[in-house]
Amino acid sequence: MRHFVIVGILVIVMASLTYIGLDGIGLMPVAASAQAIPIDWLWNWQVVAMSFLFSLIVVPMGYSLIVFRKKKGDTTDAEHVEGNTNLEIAWTVLPLFLVMIFAYMGAFSLGEVLRVDPNAMIIKVKARQFAWTFEYPDTGIVSTELHLPYNRQVVLEMESEDVIHSFWVPEFRVKQDVVPGRVTEYRITPSLVGSYKVRCAELCGTSHSYMEAPVIVDEVADYDAWISEQKALTAAAQTPEGQGQLLTVSNGCVGCHSVTSTSLPTAPTWFGIYGSQVALADGSTVTVDDAFIRESILDPKAKEVAGFSPTIMPPYTLTDEQIVNIIAYIKTLK
Amino acid sequence: MKRFFSTALMRGLFWQFVGTLVGAGLVTGIRALMGLSVTDKFFFTEPAWVLGGFFGVLFFLVGNGVTGDWIKWARGIDTPEHHEEHYSGWEKYFNVSLDHKVIGIQYTVTALVLVSLGGLFALIFRTELAQSQLQFLTQDLTLFSQTGPQLYNTLMSLHGMIMIVSILLGIAGVINYVVPLLLGAQDMAFPRLNAFSYWIAVPAAVLLVMSLILGGFDTGWTGYPPLSARAPVGMQMFFLGVFTAGWSSILGGLNVIVTVVRMRAKGMTAMRMPIFVWASIATSLISLTATQLIGLSFQLVMFQRLFGMGFFDPPKGGNPILFQHLFWFYSHPAVYVFVLPGLGVISELLPVFVRKPLFGYRWIAMSSLGIALVGFVVWAHHMYTSGMNEYLRVPFMYSTLLVAIPTGVKFFSWVATLWGGKITTPTPMLFVLGGILSFLLGGLSGPPNATVSTDLHLQDTYWIVGHFHDTIFGGFVFPFFGAIYYWFPKAVGRRMNETLGKIHFWLMTPSFLVLTLLMMRVGLLGMRRRIADYDPALGFDTYHLIMTIMGYLIGISVVIFLYNFFNSIKNGEKAEGNVWNSRSPEWQVPSPMPTHNYDRPFEVIGEPYDYGLANAEYIRFLEPEKSKHK
Repeated sequence: MRHFVIVGILVIVMASLTYIGLDGIGLMPVAASAQAIPIDWLWNWQVVAMSFLFSLIVVPMGYSLIVFRKKKGDTTDAEHVEGNTNLEIAWTVLPLFLVMIFAYMGAFSLGEVLRVDPNAMIIKVKARQFAWTFEYPDTGIVSTELHLPYNRQVVLEMESEDVIHSFWVPEFRVKQDVVPGRVTEYRITPSLVGSYKVRCAELCGTSHSYMEAPVIVDEVADYDAWISEQKALTAAAQTPEGQGQLLTVSNGCVGCHSVTSTSLPTAPTWFGIYGSQVALADGSTVTVDDAFIRESILDPKAKEVAGFSPTIMPPYTLTDEQIVNIIAYIKTLK
Repeated sequence: MKRFFSTALMRGLFWQFVGTLVGAGLVTGIRALMGLSVTDKFFFTEPAWVLGGFFGVLFFLVGNGVTGDWIKWARGIDTPEHHEEHYSGWEKYFNVSLDHKVIGIQYTVTALVLVSLGGLFALIFRTELAQSQLQFLTQDLTLFSQTGPQLYNTLMSLHGMIMIVSILLGIAGVINYVVPLLLGAQDMAFPRLNAFSYWIAVPAAVLLVMSLILGGFDTGWTGYPPLSARAPVGMQMFFLGVFTAGWSSILGGLNVIVTVVRMRAKGMTAMRMPIFVWASIATSLISLTATQLIGLSFQLVMFQRLFGMGFFDPPKGGNPILFQHLFWFYSHPAVYVFVLPGLGVISELLPVFVRKPLFGYRWIAMSSLGIALVGFVVWAHHMYTSGMNEYLRVPFMYSTLLVAIPTGVKFFSWVATLWGGKITTPTPMLFVLGGILSFLLGGLSGPPNATVSTDLHLQDTYWIVGHFHDTIFGGFVFPFFGAIYYWFPKAVGRRMNETLGKIHFWLMTPSFLVLTLLMMRVGLLGMRRRIADYDPALGFDTYHLIMTIMGYLIGISVVIFLYNFFNSIKNGEKAEGNVWNSRSPEWQVPSPMPTHNYDRPFEVIGEPYDYGLANAEYIRFLEPEKSKHK
């Protein structure tokens, strides 16, 4: 009996310490969405259960290993105890109750996460290897950054052009795969102003690690300012160069092709590329001119630039005018 | 050396090489006649490689002689029912043997070879992860016609599948060696099928490794389309390798079930079977009935690539999510295939080292079957974020949570077995305890993945990686090592070095626990699975450096184990008697076990684990001891 009392006390002490320790080191990143609240609530109860069950097994195990060790020179066996049916029933039925409680909490928490605001704003998300593009249908804005207004529910209607991707912002907690051939929905209510990143969570190929894009939660005023700024940019982009720049965003080109002086790992930068000589994978060199760029858009595998092969870029079907505009835009990058 | 090259293993590999060329040549010839292209990046075209791979397996199995008797029977030639061994010493293990003990050791050693290979792959990519940014698997690197990040993906994917195959072979090794001995049987029910099940796994392993050379593949072990429909030729070798290895599982499972049903000693009723036999039955039921689904799902992608059948191709009306259902219908129960035998080993060994009966024998036996059955209806919990029907997630959450109950019964029963015992902790017992602790961590990190809303955060992160490494180490790796230390004297007549065994344990266990706990830690904070590089802004560099060091420590401990294993075969301390003072039948006869097991049949007259009860025998030999045993 003495043994049971000691172990009982130790279990409670250890469970409390485990929970306090786990809670204290901060297991989750900051919560930046309304949906994170029911998730973190359930997670917290899971940690409570984990701490308790961990102690419930580990303490009597450790205690037995110390107290019930065989004495030196003792060759006899232990007391013959085969089992105890009441005990077995107890530790089958009690966990069943625990399971039912967690099943209820799980369903409740899921319900909260899925709660629909009929006035939610729609944003379309396009995923492709290895870039995210965001379209705001109300205003016609296309961006590689996702700007969201504070405290308003948005529905991301997500489509993939190639393989399966997954939209995950750790601070929002929620994750949703983006599957070719269907539209999947991601419903979120940002609740903390700040700058985060969407990170593709479903292995999508060679540069999967780099398929990230900024997600910015703005105060409503800042968000409105960003929208009008983008609208102005779109309107101003009536020049061929401006149209070209929009095309490179909406087609996801700039997910792989940098426009600054350093290349991303997946593709050569466009910065200063026009008119330069580049080495090809087959050892020859080529001057980057209109014809080369046109060919590289329509048939990316025709001439592969050294250091990036084998090319992972899909062929694009664009009109002549669009290609001319893109070339005009690339010319400006220097 | 000449004798090594004429073994069944080497003959098989030679014929696999020939078969690959014949198959590939056949397709290439037909393509030439049809006016299609005949060469590609990897010399042969993809269809040529696939038929080549398939022919390679067939040629291996005919060429090494494992199908010899069946071919003779088909031609109307009789063969003796029992084969005498033609070989002795090491040659026995490199040639076709029908003795379940030899096959068990063949399985076990092959598993150790694959574990080493898979572990090596892990260390390579773990090294790359030690720091953010790419250090040596960079874009500039080209190896096996893959750039660094592609090679990372290939190694990471192969680590997964090679480890899975090695686990399947490892459990088959222990089951094969131990189950007939526990039952008092002379052999498995179908010795030729048993040999076939082992030998088909060898060309399968070769195919898996071939995928590395043929451009690799970047899908992870899950091979989800559409990505797997676009990957290099290596993908096909991977599919074919898994498909082939599946036969080993299915036929092996069938054999175990028939053996247990038909070949138990007199008086061994269901509730008097050693507990490991129950675990073997549960695991075999799953591998017999579920393995087909992973074979099927991979075969469908193979056909999509070869013949343009759009099973999972949306523009052709296919559905990528269907693949995930088919895949997980095996691959979730498969996890229980991996862990149930290990949990059986824990239950089998505990009473021996606690000197007390197994607490609640019937409950533990039934909990194995319970886990196996519930395991069949939980597969879609891998797909909460996949885009399948939203409401379907709820029933799968409920069914998944139910797994906790039979698993809990096992833990509570183990603790109750330990309670009030007279415990000793030689190496096998240490690994049993390490297994319980590790499986506990794996088990407790499970429920948050079962409840949908928390899983929306956890899915596809390092949390999951930590969780399943805990379950697999607890359910397989620790008990597997424990089983080797425990039954090694039975197989060899010598025991493994105890000091090295303890160093192995005390080096591996803390390193492993730190490794997986840190995996969970970074996963919760935003580290995704299967990435070659991570954002330095996340601040994970220190964590990853520690994880990499821990990975190397585990590697070193396994090298110590391997040295101990192979060195003890010749130089171990002699141990021919009942070294562990066990009640189990195999320890009542001298070691090493004679060729046809028990030279006198026995009868079961008591309970298997009645430690501490006077005059309670488990078995009684039916004939008096013969003159001196050879």
